[in-house]
Amino acid sequence: MDLSFSPQDLAFQAEVRAFLKAELSPQLADKVRHNKTLTKEDMVGWHATLNKRGWLAQDWPKQYGGADWTPVQQQIFDDEASAAGAPRIIPFGLKMLAPVLMKFGSEAQKAHYLPRILDGTDWWCQGYSEPGAGSDLASLKTRAVRDGDHYVINGQKTWTTLGQYADMIFCLVRTGTEGKPQEGISFILVDMKSPGITIRPIILLEGTHEVNEVFFDNVRVPAENLIGEENKGWTYAKYLLTHERTNIAGVGASKAALAEVKRIAKAETVRGVPLADDPYFAARVAQVEMELDALSTTNLRVLSSPDAAVSAGSISSMLKIKGTEIRQSINDLARRAIGPYAMPFVSEALEEGYNGEPVGPEYALGVAPDYFNNRKITIFGGSNEIQRGIISKMVMGL
Amino acid sequence: MDFTHTEERQLFKDSVARFIADTYTLDARNRAAETDLGFSAEKWAQFAELGAIGALFSEEDGGFGGAPFDVTVLFEELGRGLVNEPFLATAILGGGLIAELGAAEQKAVIEEVIAGSKQLAFAHGEPKSRYDASHVETTAKKSGDGYVLNGAKAVVLNGGAADLLVVSARSSGAAWDEDGLSLFLVSGDAPGVSRLSYSSIDGLHAAEIRLENVTVGADTLLGAEGKAWTAIEKVIARANLALASEAIGAMEVARDMTIEYLKTRKQFGVVIGKFQALQHRMATVLLEIEQARSSVINAAGRFDGSRVEREMAVSAAKTLAGKIGRLVAEEAIQMHGGIAMTWEYAVGHFAKRLVMIDHMFGDVDYHVARYVALSKEAA
Ligand SMILES: Cc1cc2nc3c(=O)[nH]c(=O)nc-3n(C[C@H](O)[C@H](O)[C@H](O)COP(=O)(O)OP(=O)(O)OC[C@H]3O[C@@H](n4cnc5c(N)ncnc54)[C@H](O)[C@@H]3O)c2cc1C
Ligand SMILES: Cc1cc2nc3c(=O)[nH]c(=O)nc-3n(C[C@H](O)[C@H](O)[C@H](O)COP(=O)(O)OP(=O)(O)OC[C@H]3O[C@@H](n4cnc5c(N)ncnc54)[C@H](O)[C@@H]3O)c2cc1C
Repeated sequence: MDLSFSPQDLAFQAEVRAFLKAELSPQLADKVRHNKTLTKEDMVGWHATLNKRGWLAQDWPKQYGGADWTPVQQQIFDDEASAAGAPRIIPFGLKMLAPVLMKFGSEAQKAHYLPRILDGTDWWCQGYSEPGAGSDLASLKTRAVRDGDHYVINGQKTWTTLGQYADMIFCLVRTGTEGKPQEGISFILVDMKSPGITIRPIILLEGTHEVNEVFFDNVRVPAENLIGEENKGWTYAKYLLTHERTNIAGVGASKAALAEVKRIAKAETVRGVPLADDPYFAARVAQVEMELDALSTTNLRVLSSPDAAVSAGSISSMLKIKGTEIRQSINDLARRAIGPYAMPFVSEALEEGYNGEPVGPEYALGVAPDYFNNRKITIFGGSNEIQRGIISKMVMGL
Repeated sequence: MDFTHTEERQLFKDSVARFIADTYTLDARNRAAETDLGFSAEKWAQFAELGAIGALFSEEDGGFGGAPFDVTVLFEELGRGLVNEPFLATAILGGGLIAELGAAEQKAVIEEVIAGSKQLAFAHGEPKSRYDASHVETTAKKSGDGYVLNGAKAVVLNGGAADLLVVSARSSGAAWDEDGLSLFLVSGDAPGVSRLSYSSIDGLHAAEIRLENVTVGADTLLGAEGKAWTAIEKVIARANLALASEAIGAMEVARDMTIEYLKTRKQFGVVIGKFQALQHRMATVLLEIEQARSSVINAAGRFDGSRVEREMAVSAAKTLAGKIGRLVAEEAIQMHGGIAMTWEYAVGHFAKRLVMIDHMFGDVDYHVARYVALSKEAA
């Protein structure tokens, strides 16, 4: 055992720091740190910056234009980028669809779609959930019927994150009704501009437009957009989900969020004494920090394991559970830290170019909205109840 | 011992409950929250007509109640309806201070409050005071017959809509001394008062208020100069009693919505309420709410006892409201799944209010520390 970074890792860390210093604008970092609204341009722009350096597809193999970083390098980047206030990488194309394409896609599909993910031509969104199919994803009803060279899709997807910006959606659709529900599902790629698609916003409880409903009315999709074999989509979908879940662990982002809590706790004072020195508050922070430090190592242990099976399935469930619950406890610390200034909700102040009169300290603005918004992380990507169920079944045989 | 309400109080509770159930909708409430006023003037007038404001004042002040249990029954119903009309700011805080300290002429305004024609706010908290109720840096300097006020007030509930502000200011002492605090009645549009009003994340309104050389007469002083602390502490205790009661109403609605959802939402071919992983947590939610309710009963029952007895029971009730309110809010969302994350679905609005109650007049950590300090005084 050796917890220290190798000389190569340290050199890499220095390289990452230099890159962030040169390429990440302070304005963008400020938006991220204070949970302000990121525009599509912010997100696309950051992808482009990373791509120029060859650092966008960090876990892709070199042959597809990836950086092929080791798990340690990925965590170094994640830590450094989060600490510097870099936006997160939008995962739908890079971290969800791409692994599926590489493993199950045809040569033509890989050649067409992977470069477009890298250069930003296609913004992808995820069309799994439906109103009736949430945790029980396999009960999905959106139908795809073969008609010559096309599939004709009818039905509805929901909760489609950032679908308003998307060029493409990868969908799970029902192509068969025989046997178990899992056996009649296919995985298909759909152009969001296809006739018959309508998208409707869903406003979240803190007032943001982040998710959507997507309706399919006789949408014709070329049969060549099918991934792998018809009715085998469940296998591909589950493979994708394990990637989605490890990504959700978000260790770097949690470290940055905890650092922000500590900054706030130094600035806030009670009778002149920093909140950071209040024993109640300090104890709360310490307990979360201990957990996060452990998770960071759990994450590396899992990702570094030579046994590939370990990193799939139940282990990704574990990272998802701990990662999201720790993140929510950091959100909870942050709301406690800002005291009465959790209440003001000046949503315009979270938008670019706001120059109205400030209400309270700038660091307080986005804290409560983020606390409420992040209730989602224990629900999506397979709820934490579902993850615990997976561990019960897969690991313990209950 | 008797855990039933008097018949009169029960009738009052039922009439408020019926009024809210029949006429008060979340949709209209949220729309009103987006207006400059921040609530519905029409609803406020109807509440006044119903006697709901008067219930918070004693007969000698022109009301027909004012007892601690009047506060709890009313605020529980307000919590159930997620009512955002300014009962707390106008009646409990502003009105409560005037009732505690006001001279006869000053108390005339209570009649207008009860009639629904006057809005008040307690301009007390400051940018650096957090929950510390004696931390006041705003100054009151004697000048001629009156005073000059200077300072900044933070997150003043109903501060934008208030006709009259009850402003706390320091006549003497260090920033957080209890001694040396004075209260003044200041018109909302007095020269030198500037107000920045905004909505809160849970659908109320508050304001940042600056006082720049605000000149007020001696007749605006509420009670004796420098001696307002005792009344401030007591009125904040009443506010916390009200908030803890409001939390119970909101928790019960969130609980019932969640139970109902567990009985109707199907996944894996069964209603999700069949999953024991959810059943047990729902059982915890249910029994914790009963605990919160008992702590509120303790606080109301001990409110007229000694200061330490009152303050300890109130801190306990507010702590449980904060802790259990958060539990209920988070569990209600989690057990609903995605639907609870939407603006359109009601439970999220209850969750936001429940969590924000912890940010008003002391959060869990504040009240635990205060309880510890008070226990030492009691010993
Ligand atoms: C903000 C947000 C963004 C999202 N983004 C996307 C996206 O981009 N693409 C996409 O396809 N989907 C997305 N989702 C959907 C998400 O994956 C689903 O919300 C999730 O799978 C849960 O489904 P549900 O909301 O229907 O809840 P339900 O499945 O109805 O669950 C309700 C409750 O029951 C519990 N439950 C269900 N079954 C069991 C069981 N067997 N045992 C114990 N408890 C159980 C759940 O854990 C939950 O607590 C998003 C959701 C949100 C909130
Ligand atoms: C100190 C002590 C004193 C006792 N005194 C008495 C007494 O005076 N009279 C008397 O009659 N009995 C007495 N008992 C027995 C007691 O009632 C049983 O131990 C108890 O009912 C649990 O049964 P069990 O030990 O067989 O465990 P099991 O029933 O085998 O349970 C094992 C575990 O599974 C859990 N479990 C079981 N069913 C479910 C379910 N449906 N859902 C979720 N979890 C479940 C249990 O909670 C437990 O954690 C006593 C036990 C103890 C430890």
